[in-house]
Amino acid sequence: MNKKFSRRQLITAGAAIAGGASGLAVAASLARRYGLIPPDNSGLYGAGETLTYAAQRLLTRHAFAREFAPSQISKPPFANAVGPLGEDFQRLQEAGFADWRLAVDGLVARPASFSLAQLKSFPRRSQITHLACEEGWSYIAEWIGVPLFHILDVVGTLPQARYVVYRSIERGWWDSIDMSDSLHPQTLVTYGMNGDELPVRFGGPVRLRVPRQLGYKSVKYITRLTVTDGLKGFGKGLGAAAPEAGYAWYAGI
Amino acid sequence: MAGSVWAPISVSARPATAVPARHSAVVRVTHWVTALCFLALLVTGVEILISHPRFYWGETGNVLTPALFQLPIPASRATVPTGYGYVLPDQNGWSRYLHFQAAWVAVLTGLLYVIFGLLTGHFRRNLLPARADLSWRKLPAVLAQHLRFTAADEAGASSYNVVQRLTYLFVIFVLFPLVIWTGLAMSPGIAAAFPAAVTVLGGQQSARTIHFFVSVFLLLFLLVHVVMVYRAGFRNRMRAMISSRRATDRNHHE
Repeated sequence: MNKKFSRRQLITAGAAIAGGASGLAVAASLARRYGLIPPDNSGLYGAGETLTYAAQRLLTRHAFAREFAPSQISKPPFANAVGPLGEDFQRLQEAGFADWRLAVDGLVARPASFSLAQLKSFPRRSQITHLACEEGWSYIAEWIGVPLFHILDVVGTLPQARYVVYRSIERGWWDSIDMSDSLHPQTLVTYGMNGDELPVRFGGPVRLRVPRQLGYKSVKYITRLTVTDGLKGFGKGLGAAAPEAGYAWYAGI
Repeated sequence: MAGSVWAPISVSARPATAVPARHSAVVRVTHWVTALCFLALLVTGVEILISHPRFYWGETGNVLTPALFQLPIPASRATVPTGYGYVLPDQNGWSRYLHFQAAWVAVLTGLLYVIFGLLTGHFRRNLLPARADLSWRKLPAVLAQHLRFTAADEAGASSYNVVQRLTYLFVIFVLFPLVIWTGLAMSPGIAAAFPAAVTVLGGQQSARTIHFFVSVFLLLFLLVHVVMVYRAGFRNRMRAMISSRRATDRNHHE
């Protein structure tokens, strides 16, 4: 056998591997402590997903999504077609969504259920932000609603809260965001768009807008928010319906 | 025969170690890791692209806005009017996962390579062209010679000519950084944290369009690179990039 590696090369490689492995172990324990591990961290693509989420959280925790001038609003905006929303939705729609409720439960001091009118009575925020679909298209619109942090304030989120799970009236459609997004001033429980009511095509009556992530995190027709300290008990434990269908939980990229 | 790629070249009875390594270990390992990542990025990039094969300029673009151009291919989503009567299967989920995972490996590998290249003088020694070679009179001659493969001799096997040097430098220090930048500029999280990185490109759709064109240039580079390696002596050059040895002695005897 010919000598392929010199002793120096072997020592260097050994040191690099040992250093890399211990570095990884330290990084993993720190990442867990600071909430940098996404729920879909296992499997073939878990490493890349964890790197993306951790890196973005370190860089973007306090970042604000860009807001645009009214002249930059896309006319007309585009929305993907939605499937049939079922009889419950139809009934609510015929009544002008007067009976639409947004329930808030989980790790909160005062679980509550808000009507559309109640949501509209809360402090209102309007913002002109970019919505990009993972497919590649995008538009800019004005979104009007109440910041999620205000609702969490009203119900009294407990200190051990780590995620907010949100569910759609669309069967099987649910998602979750971490507290960095949940408490972010631009994360909006949206009921208006471009100076008007939020059209059903765009998620009306109530859509959760998460402007620092791709469009699919902004789930339409939300009916329930659950504050939780872990995502194990929800669905397959991957944090959302999206990863169960093969899409990443964190959509900041 | 199967082991000949790895075995020392012994036709001339001269020990292989007498021939200095063509490529250092770091160059060889980072080369193949990058090649693997590039393949993954290319396949998944195409998968993601076919979900919306329309391109725009500026911040926004969708099927209701005029496209800068549209690729004449079918799409994997029914919302895109392609003129084809069918919709391709949607593979965006794993494609996006793998695209970003491969990008991470490629970027970390690239960082390792650049740090190594700066510290060891690899760029200065092997890729930076000599000032004397950078004359407009000489360059076309070298290019013509390079394309005719008259220089694929001993000198060509152990060092790069000025055209190769400029091409590699362009790929390493212009195309790769640009494809990383435009890729990141499409990320809503990065756009929030570094808005200037998006606005100087003209917007997120501009970033997507530039990302596409840089990828096309990288693919062109890959094709030319593989053709050149093939014509220069595939086995020989592959051996140099895998085990660091050149089979020059053997070739002289063949």
